[in-house]
Amino acid sequence: MRLLWLSALACNGNAHSLLNYPGFQEWQEDFHWLYHPLLPSRYTFPEIEKGIEGVEVLIVDGTLEEGLIKNRLPYRELLLRYGDQAERIVTVGTCATFGGIFAQGGGGRSGLHFEGDEHLKGYERFWEKTVSLPGCPVQPEVLAGTLSIIRRRDPLPLDTLHRPKYFYAYTIHDGCTRNEYFEYKIDEHHFGTLEGCMFYDHGCQGTFTHGSCNKILWNGVNSKTRAGTPCLGCTEPDFPREGLWRTPKHMGIPARMPLGVPRRAYLGLAGIAKAFRIERFTRPLMEDEGG
Amino acid sequence: MSSTTERVDRKAKKREKIVRTALKLFAKQGFYTTTIPEIAGKIGMSVGNLYNYFSSKEILAQEIIREISAYLGSRIREVNDSDLHVREKIRRIVSIYFETARNEPEMIDFFLRVYLSNREVFHEGCEGMICVNEFVTEIMIFFDDGVANGELKNQDFFSAFGLFMGYLGGMVFLNGERILPRRLESYIDDISENIYNALKVP
Repeated sequence: MRLLWLSALACNGNAHSLLNYPGFQEWQEDFHWLYHPLLPSRYTFPEIEKGIEGVEVLIVDGTLEEGLIKNRLPYRELLLRYGDQAERIVTVGTCATFGGIFAQGGGGRSGLHFEGDEHLKGYERFWEKTVSLPGCPVQPEVLAGTLSIIRRRDPLPLDTLHRPKYFYAYTIHDGCTRNEYFEYKIDEHHFGTLEGCMFYDHGCQGTFTHGSCNKILWNGVNSKTRAGTPCLGCTEPDFPREGLWRTPKHMGIPARMPLGVPRRAYLGLAGIAKAFRIERFTRPLMEDEGG
Repeated sequence: MSSTTERVDRKAKKREKIVRTALKLFAKQGFYTTTIPEIAGKIGMSVGNLYNYFSSKEILAQEIIREISAYLGSRIREVNDSDLHVREKIRRIVSIYFETARNEPEMIDFFLRVYLSNREVFHEGCEGMICVNEFVTEIMIFFDDGVANGELKNQDFFSAFGLFMGYLGGMVFLNGERILPRRLESYIDDISENIYNALKVP
């Protein structure tokens, strides 16, 4: 399958992420790069500007900016030309999907179809064929896996933001090793330690962020929450919000509830869970049992 | 109605009667002076039968506080579900509390004289705030809404909770001791205004 990778305002994080895909070598035997900023490609960028044929999947990376000239041509012109040519479009990373970090730095910046959660109409004719793969960066397995599914023309169920459900139907809370601390509302956490839940004080957005970080581990070994730093909500339209390491609260009550959980139900359960002081959760996990 | 439904219904009514009677006696005489035979005697049922409903005096007292909490919680929930300004919501909550103290004085007496005074009765089964969860949850929702709407100052929960509920409890206590020179209801406006001034965004 022939791929064209076009970067706008990007840090190359998504490209680097893909290079970390453990099965990369084998995986890329099924794909041909017509152009990629880092990988050996069939065409040079000036040739892409001049015009090529045969793009099957257009991969859009980085934040779009009004009037952006990539080399000689307006980036929009390239997007329209190759967007029409491609069977599918994949927005890779949060910048290309929702605007992300680079959208914070100036006006007229957005993702391909979204500015935050606002659905834009500038590339509406591509909406039906677009797949959104947000993440800062995208997980390598999510990008490689999605492209493989597209190549095989297998069904690819999407959510309302066009994120593939196979990877984004879950929350980061799924598979988090701190779930017991969450259940019993134990928030005595220090960054980098194994104990405690970061939902209450440390800004963790895992309970309302869609993604597979705790199901498909980064580099096969870890995730933010497992390592002791909060989920920053990087796959969501409102990323990055301010104050990522603290939990916004109203008189001690988290301002945002776990996904789909009514506040009254959450507070009722939390009140009951907090009443029990369970000894096991107050001890460091690696403490000697005898001492 | 089938005989099974009738039996269940009768049992529920009996259970309610026990709770009501025990509440009155506990509130008036205290937890320790009140005995199970006395409660049973008042209703005209045997001591053995009463134990079929509640296996101990402690469990009976715990059920009572749960019911009081559920009652007050449901009343405050109506306020939370309304679109009123926070100032008016405070007035409604104060009114509910004082109204309850007037119309159901044993509820508030039980809360102050048994639940808060005989903590050992509630240690097992009512840990933390479990048995007053419904009431506390509604107060939390009231605070949360107030802060989210920009009407209340964002502060520590217990500082605000203590100010609100401690104030109301104190006034009902003074009223119960017949120390207040005026009727409890006549303080609603002043007290609501004081609470509002203390909690509002500066």
